[in-house]
Amino acid sequence: MYTCADLKKGLKVLIDGEPHVIVQFDFTKPGKGQALYKCKLRNMLTGALFDRTYRSGESFEPASLEERGMQYLYQDETGYVFMDQKTYDQITLSADVLGDDKFFLVDNMEVKILMFGERGIGVTLPNFVNLRVTEAEPWVKGDTAAGNNKPATVESGYTLQVPSFVEEGTLIQIDTRTGEYVTRVKE
Amino acid sequence: MVDQNWALMRKQAKLSERARIIQTVRAFFIGRDFLEIETPSRIPANVPEAQIEPIESSGWWLQTSPEVAMKRLLAAGFPNMFQVCRVWRHGERGRYHLPEFTLLEWYRANADYRDLMIDCTECIQDLVPSGRLAWQGHNLNLEEPWEILTVCEAFDRYASISLSESLSRNCFDDILVEEIEPFLGSQTPTFLIDYPLRYAALARTKKDDPQFAERFELYMFGVEIANAFSELTDADEQKTRFEQEQTLQKLAGKGPFPKPEKFLSELGNMPHAAGIALGLDRLVMLMTDSRDIAEVVAFPPEEL
Repeated sequence: MYTCADLKKGLKVLIDGEPHVIVQFDFTKPGKGQALYKCKLRNMLTGALFDRTYRSGESFEPASLEERGMQYLYQDETGYVFMDQKTYDQITLSADVLGDDKFFLVDNMEVKILMFGERGIGVTLPNFVNLRVTEAEPWVKGDTAAGNNKPATVESGYTLQVPSFVEEGTLIQIDTRTGEYVTRVKE
Repeated sequence: MVDQNWALMRKQAKLSERARIIQTVRAFFIGRDFLEIETPSRIPANVPEAQIEPIESSGWWLQTSPEVAMKRLLAAGFPNMFQVCRVWRHGERGRYHLPEFTLLEWYRANADYRDLMIDCTECIQDLVPSGRLAWQGHNLNLEEPWEILTVCEAFDRYASISLSESLSRNCFDDILVEEIEPFLGSQTPTFLIDYPLRYAALARTKKDDPQFAERFELYMFGVEIANAFSELTDADEQKTRFEQEQTLQKLAGKGPFPKPEKFLSELGNMPHAAGIALGLDRLVMLMTDSRDIAEVVAFPPEEL
């Protein structure tokens, strides 16, 4: 069982027998008062979003979902297609189910598909993915101020903040859990 | 070889502003003849508070606040003191919470919580000479007078149920967080004052209304910045309230954590006094337009 101390973004719990994932989490505590754990949850079967506030002392049943190792193949009009390399079973996940994870899929990437019975309801990606910058303003010579940032778009269409020295064509590493820039990748 | 840590490099401007704020605050109190004091971070007992869980350190505890030591100094005749220090509270990590954070704590002898309101006003005005503060798209006017609202008035104005109903239904905190706090400190900073006794374990009871205690919280942009009391100096009453808090800790399956015995035995010597703790990290957040408290410290726990 999980306690309130375990609650965080990305945690999967069972509510009324159905798997839910915490998509937003905040800890609040009025001065000298009781800790409140505010969660925005997504029902992983229906996609429904709702808010719940929990208090210390409550416990949660983990949604222990079976994970199947699969490889990402391609995207077509029905969604994103993955294949089990041992059985050649294929599973298609929709863009809605994948959320921002869809931006971090690279052809042939090894991922884990979260299964609820026979149904694929989500994906666990490698923690880091390398993607090439396709759009970014050029580096202004002389802009050496530490920590300056600018928006950049990568090959999957995802836009994020990067340091000013990152230019079009640079291969960068992104943390798939936060969606944030980590570092340039030496090629 | 990896690139320099970009997330850290980006913090230079905010960490510089943080340093300026802390230096300005120090100068403010030194200029008003407050003695800057240092007390140990690792102590045999904190003040027992039902909702604050201390972190153990080799049989003793990391301080959840420096108040035990500072009140013993008050009892020994030190009049006005301040301290900037680290405190630790188990399990507190959110947009406005770090499990290790920086408090500015100050005490005034022969004073009450109203005197601390003046200190707060002048200290924050000193930090923001323009008198205008913008944070996350909201604007705040720091010119006086600042709003003063009793807890009872705040419930009447903003909440769906009355204060007494919230107490009997045991949902005071929920209503405060959900229905009231978002409106506090939205035009000027707000002092929310006079808390029900059970929410003020170390505060003096109001003379004219013993159901309430002389405690205030300062809010800016709906964010709680400081907590102040006219200090309780009745040692017997204090002992009783500590034991109540310990009972609540036990009921919650935590502790009970020890109570500070030397503090209790010396409390009788403490003059009438008022004390306040102000969250410096939060103040820096509001002054640097930061969304998350992690933006104003070099290393939140996740980055260690």
